[in-house]
Amino acid sequence: MRRRDFLKSTAAVTAGLAAPSILPSSASAQARNETLLAISENAPNSQDIHGVGANRPAYEVSWNTYDRLMTYGVKKDSSGNDHYDFQKIEPELAEDMNVGANSITFKLKRGAKFHDGTPITAKDVKWSFDRAVTVGGFPTFQMKAGSLEKPEQFVAVDDLTFRIDLLRKDHMTIPDLAVPVPAIYNSELCKKNATAQDPWAMEFTKNNGAGGGAYRVSRWQPGTEVVYERFDEWKGGPLPKLKRVIWRTIPSAGNRRALLERGDADISFDLPNKDFQELRAAQKLTVIGTPVENALQYIGMNAKEGPFTNPKVRQAVAYAIPYQKIMEAVLFGQAIPMYGDKDNVATGLEWPQKHGYTTDIAKAKALMAEAGVPNGFETTMSFDLGLAGVNEPLCILVQESLAQIGIKLTINKVPGANWRNELLKKNMPLITNTFGGWLNYPEYFFFWAYHGQNAVFNTMSYQNPKMDAFIDAARTAGANADKAAYEAAVKGFVDLSFEEVPRIPLYQPLLNVAMQKGITGYRYWFHRQLDYRQLSKA
Amino acid sequence: MLSLILNRLMLAIPSLIGVVIVTFLLTRALPGDPAAYFAGPAATEQAIAEIRAKLGTDRPLIEQFGRYVKDLARGELGQSLTTGQPVSREIATRLPASAELTLIGLLLAVLLAVPMGILAATKPGSAVDHITRVVSTAGVSLPVFFTGLLLVYVFYFRLGWAPSPVGRLDVFLSPPPHVTGFYLVDALLARDGEVFVGALKQLALPALTLSIFALAPIARMTRASMLAVLSSDFVRTARASGLSPAKVVVTYAFRNAVLPVITTLGMVLSFLLGANVLVEKVFAWPGIGSFAVEALIASDFAPVQGFVLTMAALYVTLNLLIDIAYGLIDPRVRLDS
Repeated sequence: MRRRDFLKSTAAVTAGLAAPSILPSSASAQARNETLLAISENAPNSQDIHGVGANRPAYEVSWNTYDRLMTYGVKKDSSGNDHYDFQKIEPELAEDMNVGANSITFKLKRGAKFHDGTPITAKDVKWSFDRAVTVGGFPTFQMKAGSLEKPEQFVAVDDLTFRIDLLRKDHMTIPDLAVPVPAIYNSELCKKNATAQDPWAMEFTKNNGAGGGAYRVSRWQPGTEVVYERFDEWKGGPLPKLKRVIWRTIPSAGNRRALLERGDADISFDLPNKDFQELRAAQKLTVIGTPVENALQYIGMNAKEGPFTNPKVRQAVAYAIPYQKIMEAVLFGQAIPMYGDKDNVATGLEWPQKHGYTTDIAKAKALMAEAGVPNGFETTMSFDLGLAGVNEPLCILVQESLAQIGIKLTINKVPGANWRNELLKKNMPLITNTFGGWLNYPEYFFFWAYHGQNAVFNTMSYQNPKMDAFIDAARTAGANADKAAYEAAVKGFVDLSFEEVPRIPLYQPLLNVAMQKGITGYRYWFHRQLDYRQLSKA
Repeated sequence: MLSLILNRLMLAIPSLIGVVIVTFLLTRALPGDPAAYFAGPAATEQAIAEIRAKLGTDRPLIEQFGRYVKDLARGELGQSLTTGQPVSREIATRLPASAELTLIGLLLAVLLAVPMGILAATKPGSAVDHITRVVSTAGVSLPVFFTGLLLVYVFYFRLGWAPSPVGRLDVFLSPPPHVTGFYLVDALLARDGEVFVGALKQLALPALTLSIFALAPIARMTRASMLAVLSSDFVRTARASGLSPAKVVVTYAFRNAVLPVITTLGMVLSFLLGANVLVEKVFAWPGIGSFAVEALIASDFAPVQGFVLTMAALYVTLNLLIDIAYGLIDPRVRLDS
């Protein structure tokens, strides 16, 4: 190439780029009112909830594109919004459920099909359940929570009859069938795409649908966009109103708000608390905040080693937390306070419930003196940087307040990727964290968070035989439907947890969602993801 | 020419090997255990160990490295855990998005900065000179995410001129069939005017944001090198011979001043490609920078390694292209080599 040619050709290319002479054709009239545009901060990393490391957005894809045998009914919550009802189990893919002494039998709906047209049979159900209990990791763990553990438990009696043989009596078994994990997969399609190393076709289902749910994925751009089309032959429930759902990832919180306010996006969860407070006040959008069931933000103190082994010190800390300031300055009122009850005695069977601690520095100082550390001590407080928006100001307020009773805190910011690793080591003296359980039973929460089995979620390493006895008693009483014993046990562990206070409950978070006024039918689900099937757009 | 290219490529090999080793070690030195992260919130020790075995991170470092190099030799960059896709596929789809944005941004910057620099140099101390200085100082000192958010606020939220910042295309348009991965080019090839205009509209704000940032070095370099050339003997001679001012500035002075500007362009381009993470975040652009940062947050090794390696290869290629362009623009460079 010659120099002059090069210069000339560059000029020509530039001119060509600068003057595109193409005009838009008449915009194709898309039926926008049958299409929902949902936006979120994070994108799903899989279409399959069984996959290794499937993230929370992936639960949403799975929930809307697969069916379960059973699902939960609906009720109105205290503010009149739809709320799933964990006490009402309704059929989804199954037509009915027959609970026997040692087994549960299901009849499948006649004529139900997978997205590719294959009829759904009991064989598919068995294959799917076998898969969930075999592949390990999260699905297997979740199945175990309902005593669903071995493939031998699952029997395909005939094409439309499926039976689960029970290993033991467990009142979590039926609720556990309606969580996202026991989804029904197209076994023939999966087997066709399985390999020797991957007998359960995990690679295939990660990027391809194999279900028969109300929606199917029509465009899948990981990290960017998911587009769903309605599956018109769906038999799992009433046909959804929305024909199409587009889900885009918008990483910037400011832009998510701008898109909603301009009316370009229809619905979004992830916004900062302050934005929700302002949007709610402005009343241009519908904002619904639902208390996240069975979830708490708390301050945990290591009960096994370090300065907080003495319950008196823990109580002193509980009296020195600036509860009100946290509610106002950190959460902008977007949460349910869990402090300031009249005493530390359980008021009922619901969980979470308020404890009796308030900010009372004089009392805290007295307790510190009683514990033999009137001059306080130095220690560190750790938090997950991945949730810094709430955690960081919260820790700073706590630091400021604890200084008044002589506890000098150094704040330790742990990168999100490392947080679980640090939790597993169980050597952080003081942390703030959240924990929530899918299944809304107090003993389920306490089994993970307070029991001496010392699960990951017992971040305080709290071990007390009395506590374990209460929790175990509640589980047994629950399985045998022994109401009186159950009540006594639940009240017992709640009272003990308040008195010994290895973790100080701060507040119950709200799941906030903002949507256009024309969107109706939003329903809160325990998995905290969006269910498109009930939504409609005016 | 061919020997020059071969020579440069040979020189690039050791640096690429170095990059492979360093990124491998660096990612392993990062705090955080991907297995603990991806085992999910309900993980037990045993579940994490299972995932660790699946990922191979329980093996000795040297064995992991051996496996990594073996995969690399077959062109496999591993799997991204955050998006669940092979890293090579992710990079192949995301690099064009970043490149398209960066090139348009750079083009805009050049169209603005070069005339500004020339004008400033021909009339130093004048109003134009001062404006150039203010604009370029502001451009380089305002953080890109701030300029980006400001532009979104004004042009999208307030005025409603710009389309919603939802990525490369409006939600109701489908991407053009994949040929180059550049939506503008692909839309032209598919003769789809609507998608072309849609893609161009989406590009406008992010490209403008980038160009404001890239303006400063280009304008300043143009001004400085023009000043040097304008005071040289041959320009004085040209002026004395009675050539028109336009002819003197454009034909004689600018052509001689353009070499340092090209060098700066190369630097700015490679810098923008990797550093437009924030612009990508603000405009929900599915580019390579935001991909790498998300992977880093999740201590997801494979994409980080793939990203650094790709960037290294790009730098090498870019430098080579700039050297070739030098030779074409200024024959003296060719004679010297």
